[in-house]
Amino acid sequence: MLFCNPLIYFVVIPLVMLACLALCRNIKQIRAVAVVGSLALTALSIWLLCDYLAQRAAGVDAPMLFTGSWSWFGPLNINLAVGVDGISIAMLILSSIILLTGSFASWKIEPHTKDFFLWLILLSTGVFGFFISIDLFTMFMFYEVALIPMYLLIGVWGSGNKNYSAMKLTLMLMGGSAFLMLGLIGIYYHSAPAGQTLTWNLLEIAQNASIERGWQYFLFPMTFVGFGVLGAMFPFHTWSPDGHASAPTAVSMLHAGVLMKLGGYGCFRVAIYLMPEAAQELAWIFLILTGVSVVYGAFSACVQTDLKYINAYSSVSHCGLVLFAILMLNTTAMTGAIMQMLSHGLMTALFFALIGMIYGRTHTRDIRLMGGLMKIMPFLAVCYVIAGFASLGLPGLSGFVAEMTIFVGSFEQSDFFHRAFTIVACCSIVITAVYILRVVGKLLLGAVQDEHHLQLTDATWWERTSTVTLILSVAAIGCFPNFFADLIRFTFSPAIFAALGMN
Amino acid sequence: MNTTIAIFILAIPLFMFLLLGLCGKKMSHPLAGILGTCGMGAVLVLSYITAFTYFFSGSPEFITEAGERLQVVVFNQTWLQFTDTLIIKLGFLLDPISAMMLIVIPTISFMVHLYSLGYMRDHHGVYEHGFQRFYAFLSLFSFSMLGLVVATNIFQMYIFWELVGASSYLLIGFYYKKPSAVSASKKAFIVTRFADLGFLIGILILSFYTGTFDFMQLTSTPVEGAQNIFHVSADTAMGVKEWIAANPAPTFMGASVLTWALVLIFMGGMGKSAMMPLHIWLPDAMEGPTPVSALIHAATMVVAGVYLVARLFPLYIMEEAALNFITVVGAVTAFYAAMVACTQVDIKRVLAFSTISQIAFMMVSLGVARPDFHHGIGYMASMFHLFTHAMFKALLFLGAGALIHAIGSNDYTAMHGLRKYMPITHITFLIGCLAIAGIIPFAGFFSKDEILTACFGNSVVWYVIMSCVAGLTAFYMFRLYYLIFWWKEHKIHDPHHTPHDQPWTMTLPLVILAAISCVAGFVPFGNLVTWNGEPMFDHANFWTNLVHLDWGVAGISLGVSVIGIALATVMYRKENPLPDKLSNALPTLWDWCYHRFYWDELYMFVTHKIIFNCISRPIAWFDRHIIDGAMDGLAYVTNKASYAIKGLQSGKVQMYVWIYLIGALLLGLITGLCLM
Repeated sequence: MLFCNPLIYFVVIPLVMLACLALCRNIKQIRAVAVVGSLALTALSIWLLCDYLAQRAAGVDAPMLFTGSWSWFGPLNINLAVGVDGISIAMLILSSIILLTGSFASWKIEPHTKDFFLWLILLSTGVFGFFISIDLFTMFMFYEVALIPMYLLIGVWGSGNKNYSAMKLTLMLMGGSAFLMLGLIGIYYHSAPAGQTLTWNLLEIAQNASIERGWQYFLFPMTFVGFGVLGAMFPFHTWSPDGHASAPTAVSMLHAGVLMKLGGYGCFRVAIYLMPEAAQELAWIFLILTGVSVVYGAFSACVQTDLKYINAYSSVSHCGLVLFAILMLNTTAMTGAIMQMLSHGLMTALFFALIGMIYGRTHTRDIRLMGGLMKIMPFLAVCYVIAGFASLGLPGLSGFVAEMTIFVGSFEQSDFFHRAFTIVACCSIVITAVYILRVVGKLLLGAVQDEHHLQLTDATWWERTSTVTLILSVAAIGCFPNFFADLIRFTFSPAIFAALGMN
Repeated sequence: MNTTIAIFILAIPLFMFLLLGLCGKKMSHPLAGILGTCGMGAVLVLSYITAFTYFFSGSPEFITEAGERLQVVVFNQTWLQFTDTLIIKLGFLLDPISAMMLIVIPTISFMVHLYSLGYMRDHHGVYEHGFQRFYAFLSLFSFSMLGLVVATNIFQMYIFWELVGASSYLLIGFYYKKPSAVSASKKAFIVTRFADLGFLIGILILSFYTGTFDFMQLTSTPVEGAQNIFHVSADTAMGVKEWIAANPAPTFMGASVLTWALVLIFMGGMGKSAMMPLHIWLPDAMEGPTPVSALIHAATMVVAGVYLVARLFPLYIMEEAALNFITVVGAVTAFYAAMVACTQVDIKRVLAFSTISQIAFMMVSLGVARPDFHHGIGYMASMFHLFTHAMFKALLFLGAGALIHAIGSNDYTAMHGLRKYMPITHITFLIGCLAIAGIIPFAGFFSKDEILTACFGNSVVWYVIMSCVAGLTAFYMFRLYYLIFWWKEHKIHDPHHTPHDQPWTMTLPLVILAAISCVAGFVPFGNLVTWNGEPMFDHANFWTNLVHLDWGVAGISLGVSVIGIALATVMYRKENPLPDKLSNALPTLWDWCYHRFYWDELYMFVTHKIIFNCISRPIAWFDRHIIDGAMDGLAYVTNKASYAIKGLQSGKVQMYVWIYLIGALLLGLITGLCLM
């Protein structure tokens, strides 16, 4: 039965929210729907986590739990197939927390509040759908559902050069999807040994392992680049600074916090999971690209003056590290990659929320025009410092555990090439400190730059709710990392690595 | 060993940090201060109980019948598991050096907590803005520092290492409205971060080749019949070395992997302990409130590098090259910092350079220590000096704080002649100066003598250099002393507000620390702290070995110190033209010393001109114009191409017919040609 599967509700709840939103008459109702709906999603994802752990503890060792499959288009064997493992659950929790905090952060969005939330919820429908799907076609569909609303959200509610940014972002991501589509269709046509029914189902494809090596060489780059564009892989990352700079707060949060994770997740779930041999052979090309983007993004962030540009380049650096770690192809590094996704998602959402709040007050994002905000809005400033510390990897916050897991994992690859790039990536911890402290010093500390800023007020209750929730999540990962690491690590062991013959 | 006490030692300061950090704003100023101080007082009591139980109870947990001191893992909890063997644990290790640090850190920290109750108010009794925040950060620092010294594995050390760095950042930048404080805090964090990069890579190398983070597995063997009790053994370290050597890639660029790992780990120590060339952050760090300088930048955090080397000492003695590297870095730094200290005019900067120089002493001492010379006396001397230095340097800083508090300036030229107005500060400061100069019977004499003995045992070169540094130390400290307390008193003293001694909260710590500085030299360190836990002297003759000196070395070092003091007396006791003559006679040397050998300028050049302008900016430009330009170019070309072929879809039927006909003709022709 379709509705007996709990995963379906990750799509059903947003759809119900959409219907309710359509009926809403005033802003209070809209807020109520957004908050109640995202709370329901958060509760559902946490319940799912508990149930998942209970089942694992009881000894269920299937690669995916809560699986279900319902035929959608028979002739091409397209199904609505769902299933989750530890990684997808982590991503679901992340998405629901960010949707919740994003709703609080857009408490006062103007104009067309209703339409804004409609598109935002539609976007998150796509996100949730993506993370629960194990059917490649359905997955791709949800992926597109998540991308398209972005165009309107930036184009209508954005700021600055928004038309250009919206167009650029959409076109570049669409370009990526084109590669991806090609790759996915290619996978479909090699999904089963000759004579058997072709399938879109991830698990079946992985089990069949029937994609020949020659085809893998072609399809792996297609899918990896396709998802990599969304994961801000160098040199396809330039949509990110412009897109983030123009996007409204909640969209930036969702986009950097969750959507960019779709890229990393997809790279892992499709490209590497299904084509491990090609991944091993071709990883070096992408290792160079991602290793470069880690330091490249960090160096670029050092000289930016717009807060959102700084953060966007910082995301390029941090997301580069995600792909970098995935390509190391061992359990520790991959665990680190997923933790980095969680960490970066929460941290960067916090950053964008705070930037939005500061921008809403000062009406500028240029750090040269601001200063001494610590004195004027201590709450927001302290939150910003905490976010900064998380970003530069202070122990006790999420960034540290993720990065350390990645570095320790990467160091397990003992040849010179991997070592050299690992050390290059390690250098990012210093450069990150440089640009974070530069911003903190200029923006928050020192003397007040602009007299008008003295009249500004500190955070309101909904802003506090949003930031405190995110800070608590960041601290939870940072203080109790082993819980998350175990959740993720045990997902890796059996399925993929048997195919790869790796440790 | 009682686990509860161990947990409370760490938990109380952490709780205080959270309490004062989250609710501090709602508390009154005195309440926050008293809460913080009481919390630290409780930690002081608990850690004294722990340390004294460890050293003096004689329980078989802590000491064997032969008198060998053991390492006890009180608790060890898994925090993050990377692989089956690489696990970060958070634990509590009790051994001679960590027990010693359990005395040093809470003592100094408590003194500073108490002192700040008076220091962080102005003359009218108004509390500094952010008083509660100050105490919150002090608690955070104390927590992190305690966590660092009791670490059971190198990654735990790294975690707390980063946390002390962050607390140091927050405290240096305490006066965040002052641009100089902001940039000093930034500099401190980034320079130490850079050093930590080396530390991290060192940890990665070491853990990859040994398969463990655990100090016990690297340097100790378990005592039979007990799971959590170990004794330090060179055999284990030797085993580690051989195990690494048996690996397929034991060397890289001519040095063994272990040497690389140890040197890189030491790089982290160079950053935190301000060794050349990573010392530049420490003088600037004096922008923080003076009690902070006393606690963090004189007594505790900056010796973390020494502590780190001491912790891994059994591994370091396996690699001669790494130890020599430490010695060279230490000796150069000690000499450099002492030279610079002779010319500075800011009282806190003189003390900062003096700190650098003294820490370098400890480093050299570790570097020259060899187990076969006097049971590794260098190791013992280093820890001894760490202990005594913490006491007298904290005393000097707190004294300097009292002066700054009274005068309102860091510049000693505004101070002169204060001995009449501030007698207690004067006496305690003098004791501090005598202790650091190494005059018998004050603390510094004994520890410095041990260090010089150790240097002598290694090579006479180190002995001569370090003796010179000791002389310089006596000279610059007494230069400072005379300039502050002697000379003719300054005219700009406000007639309505003559400088005077401070409230008891500030005086008491000075008196206590001065008392400790007088007697600390008589602590029988050789029987308490040695590299492998075995006492250096016969246990039975405890009292006869109380003062264990090589009188030849001691006599010379005493002589050198007296010469230094005499020279300072001649030059600075009264205002006279000698100092100017000297600086005019050696203009270049004086200039270089005064400008700290232009290290800051060099760093400025490298970071701003090279990294910022030649790397970051071009990369940002490249990204915006080349990479992004290519994307925009793609869009532009597509756009133009569409326009170009748009004309083909004109809607004119005649045109379409023409094109059709021409196309058909061409096709026909081609087909015809092909067929022929």
